[in-house]
Amino acid sequence: MPYFLLYRLLSMFTVLLGVITLIFFLIHLVPGDPVQAMLGETATPTDLEALRQALGLDKPLLTQWWLYMSNLFQGDLGTSLYSKQPIIEILIERFPATLELATAGLLVAILLALPLGSIAALRKDTIYDNGAMVFSLLGVSIPNFWLGPMLILLFSLMLGWFPVSGREGVLSLVLPAITLGTALAAILGRMVRSTLLEVLNEDYIRTARAKGLRESAIIIHHALRNASLPIITILGLQLGTLLGGAVITEIIFAWPGIGQLTIESIQRRDYPLVQACILLISLSYVFVNTFTDILYGWLDPRVRYSA
Amino acid sequence: MHNKSQILIPAFILILWFALAIFGSWLPLEPNHIILPKILEGPSSVEWLGYDDLGRPILDRIIMGAQTSFYVAFGVILVSVTVGTLIGAISAWFGGYIDLLIVRLMDVFLAFPGILLAIALSGILGPGIENVVFALSVVGWVGFARLARAQTLSLKQREHVLAAIALGARTPRILWYHILPLLLAPLIIEATFGIAGIVIAEAGLSFLGLGVQPPTASWGSMIRDGTSYMLVAPHMVLAPGLALLLVVLSVNILGDKLRDYLDVKSH
Repeated sequence: MPYFLLYRLLSMFTVLLGVITLIFFLIHLVPGDPVQAMLGETATPTDLEALRQALGLDKPLLTQWWLYMSNLFQGDLGTSLYSKQPIIEILIERFPATLELATAGLLVAILLALPLGSIAALRKDTIYDNGAMVFSLLGVSIPNFWLGPMLILLFSLMLGWFPVSGREGVLSLVLPAITLGTALAAILGRMVRSTLLEVLNEDYIRTARAKGLRESAIIIHHALRNASLPIITILGLQLGTLLGGAVITEIIFAWPGIGQLTIESIQRRDYPLVQACILLISLSYVFVNTFTDILYGWLDPRVRYSA
Repeated sequence: MHNKSQILIPAFILILWFALAIFGSWLPLEPNHIILPKILEGPSSVEWLGYDDLGRPILDRIIMGAQTSFYVAFGVILVSVTVGTLIGAISAWFGGYIDLLIVRLMDVFLAFPGILLAIALSGILGPGIENVVFALSVVGWVGFARLARAQTLSLKQREHVLAAIALGARTPRILWYHILPLLLAPLIIEATFGIAGIVIAEAGLSFLGLGVQPPTASWGSMIRDGTSYMLVAPHMVLAPGLALLLVVLSVNILGDKLRDYLDVKSH
C-alpha cells in the first residue's frame, strides 16, 4: 500500500504540473492582445506599454511561466485586474458555494441512480426496467441549461415552491442540485444496472440465496458491495463533467460560486482571474481522481499490486 | 416501442437535421426579419412556433440554429478524429519516449473538465463559429487519440501487420492500409456519441454568450434569450430546447444501435 500511495501521489504531481503549464500556455498563446482587449481600442501606445510592463507581459514567455510557477508555489496567484483584490481571497470566498452545489448534485445523482439502477436490474425486461432506461436516456440527452429553466418555470414561477435563483437557505439548493445531478444520475443508473446484472449471476449470490437470506440483505450486503468498484470509478471520472456542468448551473441560478466567477471574469477580460478559476476547478478534479484511485486500491487489493 | 421504429424515428430526425442544415439556406427563410407588432406572439397556424422577443419568427431561427449546430458538430468531429487518430496511432506505433510523452500529454488534457477548457478558450478567443470549432476540437481530440492508441497497440501485434513489416512496407503505408481500416469501427461509434456531446457543448457555449455572434441563431442562445420571458412566452424556451433534445436523443439512440451492430464481440 505505501508504494501504491507514493506512486499515485507522484503521478498526481506530474499531472498537476502539466495542468498548470497547459493552462498558462493556452491563455498566453491565444492570438490577440489581452492588454489591448483590456484597455479598448482608444488606448494610446504608452498606456499599452505601461500596463504590459505592470503585468510582466513584456518579458519572454518562458520567464513569465517561471515567475508564474514560483509565485504559485508560494501561494501567490496575483491580483484581479478588475477588483484589484488578491485572487486567492476571491477564490476562498467563492469556492464553498461551488463545493456545496457539487456535493448536492453528487448526492442527487447517487440517490436517484442507486434505486433506479437496482430496480432496473432486479426487474430486468419489465416495464420498470424500460422506464428506468428511458429516464437514463432522457437524462443524458437533456442539456442542463434547458432542464434548469424548465424546472424554474414549473417549480418556481408556476408552483412557487422554490426560489428562482440565489443562494439563501436549503430550498434554494434544491433546483440547482437536481439540474446538476440529473445527467450524472442517468449515467450512473445505467452503470449500476449493468454491474448488478453481472454480479447477480455470481456463485456467492446463489450461496446467499441458498442460505435463505432476505432479498434486501442479498442486494445491499452482497450484490451492491461487490458492484461498488466500477461505480466508484465512473463517479470519479464523471466528476469532471459535474464540475464543468456546475459552471452552467451556477449561471442559470445566479449561484455565487467559481463557475459564475469564471464567466464574470471572462466578460471583464480579467485573465489572471480566469486562469485561477480554471486552475482551481481542474485541481479539484485531479485531487478527486487521485483520491478515487487510492480508494479503489484500498477496496480492491488486486489494483494495489498491479501498479 | 417497436424495434423498427426505434431506428426509423431517430434516423428521420437526423436526416431532417442534415437536410435543414445543408439546404436551409435555399429555403425562403427570414430568421432576422423583425416584425414589431408580433413581439412574443405565441404559436399560430400561420407561424407554427411563434415569435421571439424582437418579433423574429422562431421556426426560421430554429432552422438557422440547426445549421449552426450541424456546422460545429461536423467541423469538430472532422478535426478531432483526424488529429486524434493520427496522434494516437503514431504514439502506439513508435512506442518508447514518443509514446510516453504523448500519454502524459493526454493525461494532462484528460485532467480538465472538457467543457471548462472550451469555455475558457472561447471566452478568450471571443465569440464566432470558427472559435467554437477550435475550442471544442482542442478538447475533443484526446478521446479519439486514446482510443486509436489502444486499438493500434493491439493491432500492431496482428499477423497481417507483422507480415507487412516483414515484406518491408513503410510505416505510413502500414498505418494507412493495414491499421486504419480496422480502427474505423470503434472510431465511428465514438464519433457518433461525440456528435451528441458537441451539439450540447456548442449550445452550452452559446447559452453562456461565448458561442456564435448575434444575429446568427444558435439553439443555446435562443434558450438563453427565452429564459427572460418564460412566463409570458414559454414557447421561446420550449421550441429550441425540444429541437436540441430531439437531435441529441436521436444521436444517442442511433449510437447505441450502431454499437450493438458494429460490436463484433457481442455477436
